[in-house]
Amino acid sequence: MAIAADLEVVAQPGFGSTSWLGAVGKAARKNPAGAVAGVVCFLLVILAIAGPSLSPYSPNRIDFALLHAPTLSHPFGTDNLFRDLLSRIIFGARNSLGIGFAAIAVSIVLGVGLGLTSGYFGGAWDSLVGGFIDIMFAFPALVLVIFFVTVFGREFATISVAIGLILTPYTTRVVRTAVLGVRNLQYIEAATALGSGHLRIMTRHVLPNVAAPIIVVASVNIGLAILIEASVSFLGLGVSSDTNPSWGRMLQETRNVWQQAWWTAIIPGAAISVAVLAFNVFGDALRDALDPRLRGSR
Amino acid sequence: MGRYILRRLLLSIPVLFIASILIFGAVRVMPGDICQIVLQIPVPAEEQCNNLRHELKLDKPAVSQYFHWIGGVLTGDFGTSFFSKRPVGGEIQQHMSTTIELAVLSIFFAFASGVPIGVYSALKQDKLADVVLRGLSIGWLSMPSFWVGTMLITFPAKWWGYSPPVGYTHFWNDPLKNLEQLYLPAISLGLALSAILARFTRSAMLEVLRQDYVRTARAKGLRERVVVSEHALKNAMLQVIVHLGLQVAFFLGGTVVLEYLFALPGLGTLLYNSVITKDFPLIQGLVLVFAAIIVITNLAIDLSYAWLDPRVKYT
Repeated sequence: MAIAADLEVVAQPGFGSTSWLGAVGKAARKNPAGAVAGVVCFLLVILAIAGPSLSPYSPNRIDFALLHAPTLSHPFGTDNLFRDLLSRIIFGARNSLGIGFAAIAVSIVLGVGLGLTSGYFGGAWDSLVGGFIDIMFAFPALVLVIFFVTVFGREFATISVAIGLILTPYTTRVVRTAVLGVRNLQYIEAATALGSGHLRIMTRHVLPNVAAPIIVVASVNIGLAILIEASVSFLGLGVSSDTNPSWGRMLQETRNVWQQAWWTAIIPGAAISVAVLAFNVFGDALRDALDPRLRGSR
Repeated sequence: MGRYILRRLLLSIPVLFIASILIFGAVRVMPGDICQIVLQIPVPAEEQCNNLRHELKLDKPAVSQYFHWIGGVLTGDFGTSFFSKRPVGGEIQQHMSTTIELAVLSIFFAFASGVPIGVYSALKQDKLADVVLRGLSIGWLSMPSFWVGTMLITFPAKWWGYSPPVGYTHFWNDPLKNLEQLYLPAISLGLALSAILARFTRSAMLEVLRQDYVRTARAKGLRERVVVSEHALKNAMLQVIVHLGLQVAFFLGGTVVLEYLFALPGLGTLLYNSVITKDFPLIQGLVLVFAAIIVITNLAIDLSYAWLDPRVKYT
């Protein structure tokens, strides 16, 4: 879903191509690693959405062999509670990626709202937003999430909001900088002269022109969001439970059998790494394709 | 310079002040009955509840509670832990050294590995070595530190029967044992930072190596090693240090997971335990101390930048 949205932006006039398919093809040829990463991201999203119908077994079926090494019927082996690891990885994608995407949605709504208005209006509001960013940067990411879920409960929504809040200052900063770059351009002046209100100018004229950096910062932040969610669930403080797997928690559940069953130590962590790597590489590729000025900024 | 330091110090006070209000406020607006949450019984006795509320000063208005708490914090009294009944300040002090040692060791590892890789990568720009190192660094960046830790615990033990001693021995009691307990968590935590440093160093070096003064240094016949290490690297490191500030918040959060994984008695383990036992005085104090560490670190980074780069005006 998110990828389709990304492609639409690539297809907008001003990105140097008439058809979006052509634009994507050109970008993919220039950066094959980015293209592969994009495909992996797309597959992961499909996996998270269609998980239940793709999964070979129920993630909570407990009548398989104990700690069985990977075989054809159990490609990822079984864990210390007689469960199929592949099925749990597939179901876990819903928590791990779902929270990542929800967190990004929160950070985009807040970050675009704050960044757009602070860059556009400037003045006291800008200073206030700047102060908020400084305060948010004062909290260690994971500590803030742990604090938040302890106080407000271990729900899908609270964790997503907590991670979204952590990523908000980064988004705000990028959006604000981009807005400052277009605010004084002539077409904004023209819109003002035509009598457009602030809201109309911000949504119709400024926002479409800062879309590229927003997409880039979001795709880079998804990797971070997945990592933070994995850490929280590894600590056993996430939404996941015995019957509601997430990748971080799966690694922690098998703590006592890592040495006996090496696959339990590798597979959940590898799933996290592959997802984060795919989104990082795809984010880098998007950045290079959409906004070369941001290169090397993260 | 003195005025600059003073101004930066004064600017960080409101940040910590507002952070303390947010932490305090969040605990107060927490949904649910504090009584049930803390005592962890569904229907606590009324008397127990009243005692608890009195002990927590919850029977007073919120503003006066806040000033009581923050007044205590400013004089070093963070309140008393629900669980251990010991002063929160003492608990934090006792666990602080482990976290600081872990952080220092992993930062040392990150610099020792990341900077040379970044420099080498820049010198071999777009050659095979550069492409491979860049691929590796983005891979490291994507691996969760606790998974690296998991593998460092599992595989040496599986293959060679080697596992470092569990727990934490004070450095002054047995330095070797202490380092053996800490080097695996330090590497796990430092790997992501090392990759970030390698990326920063590479792009900073590429920029610096194109500067006129580097060409001059080469033209006057200096050896390449001297040009790279004396002229280029020193200037590149300035840019690296500036970018480092934003990483502190993520890095410090990572100590929590690794202390949990390696059973190290640091601030992260203390936070984990206090979250499990819902020990709110301890949680409040810890989050504030973490915020203070970050503010101080960022202050130190800014100051060291101003001190290292004579072009920065200290006003």
